This record gives sequence, structure tokens and C-alpha cells, in this order.
Amino acid sequence: MTSIGTGYDLSASTYSPDGRIFQVEYANKAVENSGTAIGLKVKDGIVLAVEKLVHSKLLVPEANRRIQTVDRHIGLATAGLLADGRHLSNRARDEASNYRDTYNSPPPLKAIADRLGLYVQAYTLYSSVRPFGISTILGTVDPDGPGLFVVEPSGVFFGYNGAAVGKGRQLAKTELEKLKLTELSVREAVIEAARIIYLVHDDAKEKEFELEMSWIGPESNNLHVHVPKDLLEEAEAAAKAALESLVE
Amino acid sequence: MDHFPTNWGRPRSEAFDAYGTYPIHQRPKTDSFSAGVQRTQQPIVTGTSVLAIKYKDGIMMAADNLASYGSLARFKDIQRLHPVGNNTVIGAGGDMSDFQYIQTILDELIIDEFTAQDGHSLGPAEIHEYLAQVMYARRTKMNPLWNSLLVGGFKDGKRFLAYVDLLGTTYTASTLATGFGGHLAQPLLRSAVEGKEDTLTEEEALAIIENSMRVLFYRDARSLNKYQVATITESGVKISESKSVETSWSFAEGIRGYGAQVQ
Amino acid sequence: MFRNTYDSDNTVFSPQGRLHQVEYALEAVKQGSAAVGLRSKTHAVLLALKRSTGELASYQQKMFRIDDHVGIAIAGLTSDARVLSNFMRQQAMSSKMVFNRPIPVNRLVSSIADKAQVNTQEYGRRPYGVGFLVVGQDNGGPHLYEFSPSGNSYEYYAMSIGARSQSAKTYLEKHYESFADCSLEDLVRHGLHALRETLQQDKELNVNNTSIGLIGPKSEFEETEVPGGSFRILENQLVDPFLQTMIAKETAAEEADIAPAAAPSVTAAGDEDVTMAE
Repeated sequence: MTSIGTGYDLSASTYSPDGRIFQVEYANKAVENSGTAIGLKVKDGIVLAVEKLVHSKLLVPEANRRIQTVDRHIGLATAGLLADGRHLSNRARDEASNYRDTYNSPPPLKAIADRLGLYVQAYTLYSSVRPFGISTILGTVDPDGPGLFVVEPSGVFFGYNGAAVGKGRQLAKTELEKLKLTELSVREAVIEAARIIYLVHDDAKEKEFELEMSWIGPESNNLHVHVPKDLLEEAEAAAKAALESLVE
Repeated sequence: MDHFPTNWGRPRSEAFDAYGTYPIHQRPKTDSFSAGVQRTQQPIVTGTSVLAIKYKDGIMMAADNLASYGSLARFKDIQRLHPVGNNTVIGAGGDMSDFQYIQTILDELIIDEFTAQDGHSLGPAEIHEYLAQVMYARRTKMNPLWNSLLVGGFKDGKRFLAYVDLLGTTYTASTLATGFGGHLAQPLLRSAVEGKEDTLTEEEALAIIENSMRVLFYRDARSLNKYQVATITESGVKISESKSVETSWSFAEGIRGYGAQVQ
Repeated sequence: MFRNTYDSDNTVFSPQGRLHQVEYALEAVKQGSAAVGLRSKTHAVLLALKRSTGELASYQQKMFRIDDHVGIAIAGLTSDARVLSNFMRQQAMSSKMVFNRPIPVNRLVSSIADKAQVNTQEYGRRPYGVGFLVVGQDNGGPHLYEFSPSGNSYEYYAMSIGARSQSAKTYLEKHYESFADCSLEDLVRHGLHALRETLQQDKELNVNNTSIGLIGPKSEFEETEVPGGSFRILENQLVDPFLQTMIAKETAAEEADIAPAAAPSVTAAGDEDVTMAE
């Protein structure tokens, strides 16, 4: 990496001579080292799925969540530094609550993504802080239908139909592009999401992982909740079967 | 007779107030309190009684749909029973705007609890404790939320019913009533419910509530014959559509002593 | 000690996206003597090795009570631990005051984790230099959490932190599947065996250097009643009956059901207490 040792990469408040902010690029590296997270926007809802790398077999399964709930109808999944993810989800909850206080109605996701974008961007301006080492997928279902956004460490955010962040994002994106997202139901999307996470997980390099999934759709009453256990198990079984058939 | 106590002992100006209509004595503008902050000193748009009882399956609560502006029956479709989470209902008498504020803060609380997604949820006992803290803190600041509230709920197989008011006073019993109901309905509820909390069926409980609502409609001039009933049981919270009770006013003809007629 | 330009400040990412200051803070945890935590369906226990600086000094306190239903064991900077445990007590009190509800253990742990995260992102601070094992009970039964200076917290079936905790971890990983149905006495014995793995060669666990923290119904070795199975710390003579249940290492290796991990090579220089290089 040509940036190393130049002295232009030690602070978020410093540009390099060619106009780059290396600290933000390094923050992206933190994201790239983390387990993959994906989000699917489909016909009647949203599915979020995370490849949670398990660093010890002593961990209690399902206890250590990486997908957070921001408001009744908004979910958030992060890839990158776990603690930064918690920081940003707390901020997102505050923003949602603040929106409700002001307008007495549930916040549209665009408003939350916008405010989070501004918040994250502020951490790229000063030498006294470091940027967030996370990419954040936000999903919602509101009266206007499903919505999906990704906030990057630089503070930019974009809307997506299918989103992938973290280590396996390239492969995951390729897989997402193959799907007819607008025709899928959330139930079908849960199966697809599980398959993609199992596919991008690199058995050779990585430790064990746990699949964590949440959804928003008619079956969850348009609330953001974790996928019911029986459906999660069904999706995992289908994902494993799909992988096996791929090997043959 | 001058009905305003603050005017007693003060000279009246016959020149501009020949009939003594000028209502309340005004303090001189320069007195030492004029720079102070004025807080809520009375409720404005008000709801009247809320009734609640324990019965076999849980808690039953009722309140009518009226919000009065003084003696004027101003709003006739106000809901005074409000669900909080999946196990609790609160019912409010007193100032309706303060009650709406309380609904807002409780809704926020429930969202905070929902977003934690860790299997813990606030039950009626916790919500009552929280409300008691809020009400007491506000009264201590000389800025009360002008309500008397009933909190009823059912969680983990246990019924819960308790009262909290603008002073932060809390109280619990198997029958509770706020406002005028505290005088008129409470004795009826007690005699019908006490000792039978574990045997009363939903139908019997509803009959007791309806009877008390009828009495209140007859005798409370700030009430309305249009009310809702909430039940909180194992299966969750149910709040009924508005309903009314049969009343009969034929006895009114026989009443003497008021108005124009003499004997 | 290895040096680079990306480690003097916690507001700097290394080109690999790592935070060196945070990683060094995790090393500070390893400076402290070990603590072990484990849980069954009914109990959660903490065991810790106390150090003293010399014959004339007392042993450093390793466990703190937070509330009736929560206790912690620490490894690392004791002064940082006191600040954080104070904060935890305030959180617990506030939950009791506002909702009349014992604070859910996961929320308590998350609250200090969130606090610690801020210290990894802002200039002019340092990350906390202490790790916790937190045991508690709530509606979900007994729990064990680890808190670390990186701002992470995890729930475990069993865990160890502090100096040479890897040896204890190896023991726990070998036996954790049997913990769920253990009696309290067996659970503590497993804990003591794990803690023993962290000792230097010539040392052993005794009533002076061992603390035991318990949550859950009373043990047969405890004299006083414990209403609600609340958190209590056993020290000195109270620890003795538990120490007596330990099986000596040589014989333990032969017993299949409670065999400890292969005897650690405590002679290796790397196994000595980690000391700061200049």
C-alpha cells in the first residue's frame, strides 16, 4: 500500500496530496475483515442476514446479536467493528425516537438513513475522532412499502434492492443480482438469504459461523423481529442442501 | 351573594361593575410573585371516572368517551383507555391533554423495550412504578400532570391493578375507581367483587361494571352514556367498541323541588 | 516490543483496519491474575485468583457485588474496574428505582460496553484497561457474560480472563458440555480445576488466594441461608470446603469424567506474567 509511511494516513483530518482520506479507507478495511451481512428488499418485506463468525465454542448460540432493532418497523445489520455497530444502532434509536417526538409518527427510513449519514460523516472530519469501522444495512417496511439503505464509513448512503457488506460482499452481490427480488415473498427471501450466507462463507479460511436472520413482513405484522426458529432451521437445511448439490 | 371568595372583604367598584360580575380579584402587578413561573393550576379539558375490578381471568376496566370543557360536554369520542405493551391498560380521569402526553411517553418507553429484543418486557407492575415516579417527580416540581390513573394488567399468570394520581399517591385494591366513581361506584364494586375475585366470570364482571356505569350516568353530570370496556387476560389486551347501557327516565316526572314547578 | 506508527493513538486505524491501542488495552487485561466463570441451568459461579504484592500486603480484591442478582470478577486495572462497577451499580439502582425491576443482566453489561466503545473512538482518552466476567440471574435464568475494553460483550457458557487464562479456557472447552446439569458443588470444582491451570508451577490454590462468587440456591457447604439465591462472595475459610473437593492433578488425569486438560507447560517463558516492555 503506497499510503503507508507517507504521514498522510494518520488522521481523518488530513488529505493525501492526491485528495484521498486514508483513515476512511482504512475504516473500510475493518469492514472488509468482518463476516458478511446482506439485506434483501422483496415484494412484501425485508430480510437481513448475517454471517456471524464464532470465535469460541463457549459462546451461547443466539445470545450475541449482530442485527439490531431501531424502531418497531426498522432493522439494522452491521459489518465491521461490533462495538461501533452498537454505538450506531443506539444513535439510530435516538434519531427514530426524536423523529417520533417531533412529528408524532413513525419515522420513514430515508429520514433515519439521512441523519445517520450526517452523524457518520462527522466522524470523518476531525483528528480527535476516528471514522466508524462499519458498513450499516438498514431495512424497513412502512406504508410506502419496503425500503433498504446502506450507510458507509464515509457517511454516504444509497438505497438498494439487494445489499451486501463485509468480507464476502462481492460473491453475495453476484448472487443477489441473479434473484428476481421484486417477485420474491419474504418467506422465499429468507431461504435465499440463508443460501447466500452459506455460499459466501469460506470454510477453508474461516472459523465456525452462526447464521443470524431477521425479517419485516406480513408474517411479522410488519415489525422487525428475528426470523422464527422453525423457519430459520428450514432455511439452514435448504442452504446446506443447495451447497451440497453445488459440490456435486 | 358574591360567590368569589377572593372578593370577600374587598371594596367593589359600582361604577363599572354594578352587578358584581367581575370574577376574581387581580393581584397588583408589582407583587413579589409576578416574576414567578405559573404552572398548571387546574385541569381544562377533563375526563371523569374510570372503574376497574379484578375477576377470575384478569382485570376489567371501563371509562366513558366524554372529555368535558368545564360543564360543557365538549368531545364525545375520546378514548380514555390506552393499551401499553401487550399486558397492560391504563385508564385516565382528569386533564386529557396531560393524559395524551402520558400516552406519548409510555409509547416511547414501549418502543425502547421492543427494540432491545432481549426477551424482557415491561409488565403492569413496572409501568405502574414508572408512572408513580413520573407523577411524583412532577408534583414535586409544583407542575403536576393533572390525572388520576388506573393501571391494570395480566402477566406471568398474575393480575395487577393499581392507582396513581397527580400527587404521586399509589394504592392497590381489587376494585378501584377514580373521580366521581370513587364516591358513587366504589361501594357498589366493593360489595359485588370483594371476596369473589377468583370466581367472577367475565359475564358477571361485565354486569357489575355496566351497573356501575349506569349509576354514574344517572348521577354524574360530567358523564356520558357511551363508554368502552377493556379486559386484560392471559390472552392479552382487548378494548371494546363504544357501547351504552339501558336507562329509564320516567321517574324524572315525579321529582319535585327543582326548577319552575312548585309541588 | 513491536512498534509502529499507528499505535500511539486510539483515533487511528492501521492500514489493515485495526486499532492498535485497543489491542494493547486487551493486553492490560492479561496483566491481571486470572478469573474463571461458568454456569449451569441453576447456578452461575465466578472463581478468581487473588494476588498480593508481598508477605505484608493483603490480597487484591477480585470480585464485586453489583446488585442482589449480579456480581463481577475483574482482571486488569483495578481502578478502572471500580469506576465501571460503580456505574453498573448506578444502573442497577436506577432500574430498581424507576421500574421496581432488577435490571436485566444483558442490558447492564451492554451499558458498560457502550461506555467502553466511546473510549476507543475519541482522542484524549484511553480504552479501559480491565476485563470483567459478569454473572447474574433474571427471567432467563443464570447468565455469564464477558466484557472487554474493546467495547464488546458476549454471553458464554464458561469463560476465563486474565494471565494465562488460555490454559483455563482449554480446560473449560473440554468440559463445558457437562456444565448445564452440574450440581453447584461440581460446577465450583470444575471452576477451581480450570483456575488451577492458570497457576505458576510452584503455586497452588488456597484459602488466601481464592475467591468464589455464587449465584443460585445455597450450596451444602454454605451455612447461612441465601434468599432468592442472590450473589455472594466467599473468601477465606468459607472457600475451604470447596477447595477440599478438588481432585489432585495426577489422579485427576486418570479419572475420565473430570479429567483436566493436558498438563500445561508452565515452564515456557511465555507463560510467565506478561510484563510491559519499555
